[in-house]
Amino acid sequence: MLRVEGVTVRFGPKLALDDVTLEVADGEVVTVLGPSGSGKSTLLRVISGLQPPDAGRVVLDGRDLARVPPHRRGIGLVFQDHALFHHRDVRGNVAFGLRMRGDSPRDIAGRVHDVLDLVGLAGYEHRSIATLSGGEQQRVALARALAPAPRVLLLDEPLGSLDRRLRDRLLEELDGIFDTLRVTALYVTHDRSEAFALGDRVAIVREGRVVQAGTADELWARPVDEDVARFLGLANVRAGEVVRPEAVRLTARDDARGGNGVVESVARQGPTVRVVVRLDDGSELEAAVASLDHPRPGERVEVEIDPAGVSGFADNAGS
Amino acid sequence: MDAHRAPLTSRGWRALGYGVPLAFLALFFAFPLATILERSLTSSPLDVLSDPVTRGVVWFTVWQAVASTLITLAVAMPAAYVLGRFAFPGRGLVRALVVVPFVLPTIVVALAFLAILPDGIERGWAPILVAHAFFNVAVVVRVVGTFWAGLDPRASEAAATLGASPWRRLREVTLPLLAPSLAAAAAVVFLFSFTSFGIVLVLGGPGYSTIEAEVYNQAVRAFDLQAAAVLSLVQLLCVGATVWVTLRLEARLAVSGYLRSEEDVLRRPRGAREWAVVGGSLGGLGLFLGLPLAVLVERSLAVGDGHGFEAYRALARPTAALLATPWEAIANSLLYAAAAAAIAVLVGGLAAFAVASPRGSPVLDVLLMLPLGTSAVMLGFGFVIAFDDWPLDFRSEPWIVPVAQALVALPFVVRIVAPTLRAIDVRQREAAALLGASPGRVWREVDLPVAGRALAVGAGFAFAISLGEFGATVFLARPDNPTLPVAIFRFLGRPGELNAGMAYALAVVLMVVTAASVFLVERIHGRLGGGLV
Repeated sequence: MLRVEGVTVRFGPKLALDDVTLEVADGEVVTVLGPSGSGKSTLLRVISGLQPPDAGRVVLDGRDLARVPPHRRGIGLVFQDHALFHHRDVRGNVAFGLRMRGDSPRDIAGRVHDVLDLVGLAGYEHRSIATLSGGEQQRVALARALAPAPRVLLLDEPLGSLDRRLRDRLLEELDGIFDTLRVTALYVTHDRSEAFALGDRVAIVREGRVVQAGTADELWARPVDEDVARFLGLANVRAGEVVRPEAVRLTARDDARGGNGVVESVARQGPTVRVVVRLDDGSELEAAVASLDHPRPGERVEVEIDPAGVSGFADNAGS
Repeated sequence: MDAHRAPLTSRGWRALGYGVPLAFLALFFAFPLATILERSLTSSPLDVLSDPVTRGVVWFTVWQAVASTLITLAVAMPAAYVLGRFAFPGRGLVRALVVVPFVLPTIVVALAFLAILPDGIERGWAPILVAHAFFNVAVVVRVVGTFWAGLDPRASEAAATLGASPWRRLREVTLPLLAPSLAAAAAVVFLFSFTSFGIVLVLGGPGYSTIEAEVYNQAVRAFDLQAAAVLSLVQLLCVGATVWVTLRLEARLAVSGYLRSEEDVLRRPRGAREWAVVGGSLGGLGLFLGLPLAVLVERSLAVGDGHGFEAYRALARPTAALLATPWEAIANSLLYAAAAAAIAVLVGGLAAFAVASPRGSPVLDVLLMLPLGTSAVMLGFGFVIAFDDWPLDFRSEPWIVPVAQALVALPFVVRIVAPTLRAIDVRQREAAALLGASPGRVWREVDLPVAGRALAVGAGFAFAISLGEFGATVFLARPDNPTLPVAIFRFLGRPGELNAGMAYALAVVLMVVTAASVFLVERIHGRLGGGLV
C-alpha cells in the first residue's frame, strides 16, 4: 500500500503541494484530477523521489521512503510527453529497467517481447523512437515503465499530447492492462472523463491541496463545494444546492407571458441537448433534454425541478 | 511582389553585396593561397615530407592537440555540469567570466604561463598543454554547458525511476545525449590546439613546434619558402580532414530529442553536498583561470626584489628591441585594429546582406567561412610571397596589416550579422510594404535598425580579434610599425629583466584593452539577446 502523508513542497514563495495526504491500496487505481498547475506532477515527483518534499513523508508497504533514492524505490513513472531515450531503439528503452536490475540477456529478451506484446507493439523491438507515432511512443513509455514490474506505477498525463480518438482507444487499453496486471497505480490528469473512466477512486486537487477524494459516484452525488461541482460539470448551483441538469424539466409555453423563463441557447451535446434558460428572477439554469422535440431559443418555458436531482455539498451535509 | 525580397532589392545593390566580398576574397584569400600551392609544387614536395624533422613536427602537432583536447575536457566538464544543471546567484557572471581567457590574445596567454611557471619548466610540451587548456576551457564550458542546460532532465529522471544509479545515468543517458555537443566542442578545441601558434612559439622552446609554428620558422628563420609552403598545405589538408570527420561524426551522433528552455531545466542546488559541488567546481576553475593572469600582472610590476611601475614607465622610451617606442606599438595596434574592424564590417556587412537575402546564395556563405579553416600564419605567409611583385607589390604597405586582420575577422562578422538579418520575420517587411513603404524604405526601416546593432557587435569583435592577431601580423608588420603582440614577441627574444618586464607590461596593456572592447561588445550583444560562444 502507498501512503502519502502531509506532503508539502514549496517553490520559492509558491506552495506547489500543501499538506497532501493520499492512499493507494494494493491493486487500486487512483486518479488525481485537477487543472494544470495544481501540483499534480509535483506529487508524482515526490512519490518517485525526484523531488524531496519540504514536509511530510511517502510510505510504501510500511516503509518510509525518505532516505531511499529514486533508483532504489521500485516505483515506475510514465512521464508527460514520454521522456523516452531517443538514443536507443524501442528494445533499448523497454529493456533499460531490466538491465539496471541485472537480468540476464535471455530473460530481458523474453520480458521485452511479452511487454511489447501486452501494449500492442509486438515486433517493434528494433524501431527507432523517432520513427514512431505519438500513440506508439506512448505505448513504449508504458511498456518501459511496466517491464521491471514496479510496486507502484505513476502516470503523469500520459495521454495529454494525443488526439481525442487515439486517447479514447488507449484509455480502454490502459484500463484492460491495469485489470490484467492488477497494477497499483496513481494516474494524474486534467481530463474529467479520463479520471472517471480509469480511477477506482478520484482525488480532486486544487492549488496544491486534495479538496475531495472518493469514488466517482460519491463525488458526483455530493461535491464538496461549488468549484468542485462546476469542475465536475455540474453548472447549476442554486442557494447552496446542486441541481443536476437532467432533473430540470422544461415545458414549452405558447403565450408570451406564461411560464417562468425564456430559452437563451440550445446546443446538442451527444445524445442530449443542453438548454440554457434565463429565469424571470435573472438567474440561469442548465437543462439536459433527451427529446428531439426540445424548446428553441427565445421560447418561453415552464421550469420545474425534480427534487430527487437536488443535493447539498459534502461539507454542508452535517450543518 | 518584390517588397519582401529585401534587404537587397535593386540589381545594383545585389551586385555590390556579392561583388565586393567576392573580389576581396579572390584578391586577398584565393590568390595568396594559390601562390602557396604553386610554390609548394615547384620542386618535389616529397623531399620536405620525408624529412624526419617534418615528420616529428606533424607527430607533435597531432598528439599535443589530442592531449590538449582531453585535458581541456577534463578541466571544463565539472563547470559545464554545474552551469548545465543548476540555477544559482552569479550564474550569468560565471558564464561571462569563463570566456575571458578565450578572447585574450594567445601571446598574452603564453606570457601568463611564462610568468606563473617556475624557471626551468616554463618551456616544453607540458606548459603548452596546460596553456591550451586555459585558453580553450571556455569553448567546452559554454558549448557543452549551454547544450546541457537545454537537455530535458526527464530522460535522466526516467532512468532513475527504472533503477539506474547516478553513475549509470551519467554513462548511459546523459553522456550519449550530450555527445553531439561534446564532439562539436572537442573538434573546436582540437583545431585551435592543432593550429596553435603564439602559445607554441613562446612556450615550445627550441624542441617543440606545431606545423603552424614551423611554417613561420621555415619562412622567417630558415628562409626555406618551399618547406613553408608544403607545410602550409599539409596543415590545410589536416584541418579539412578534421572538419569533414567532425561533421560526419556530429551527424551520426545527433539524437532527435526534444530540448527544453533553460527555465524548465535549471534548478537551485539542494543541500550542502550540491552546493559544495557547485562551489568546488567553479572555485577550482576560477583558480585555474585567474591565477596565471594575476601572476602576469604581478610580474609586470616586479622590479628587483620589490614592485613598481618601472616597466610601464620604460614603455615611453625608445628601446633596442624595436624601431619604435612601445607606446607607438600600442598606438599602431589601436589604429590597425580600428582599420581592420572598418574593413571587416564593410565587406562582411555587404556579404551578410547578400547571404541573408531570401535569394541569397549558400555558395557565398560557404566561401566566406573558408578563412576560418585556414590559419593566420598561412595567410600572412601567403601575403608575403604573393604580394611581392609589381603590380601587386603590397607586402610592405602599412594598409596590408589591417587587410590581413580583417580577413581573419571576416567570418565572425558574417556569422554575427547574417543570422540576425535572417531572423527578421518576412511578415515585418510585408507589413511595412502594405503600410506604404517602398522597397528601399522597407530596408531602411526594418532591416537596418536590426542590422545596426549586429554590425556594431561585429565591429567590436573584429577590433578585439585584430588587436591580438599575431600569426599573420608577425609576417606583415614592418619593424618600424610593430603591433602590440609583435612588440611583446620581440621583447621576449631579448635578455634582461627590463625587457621581460616590458613584455609583461605590454601583455597586461593588451589584456586590458582586449577585455574592455569585448566587455563593450557583450553589453551590446547582451541587449541583442546573444551569447559569446
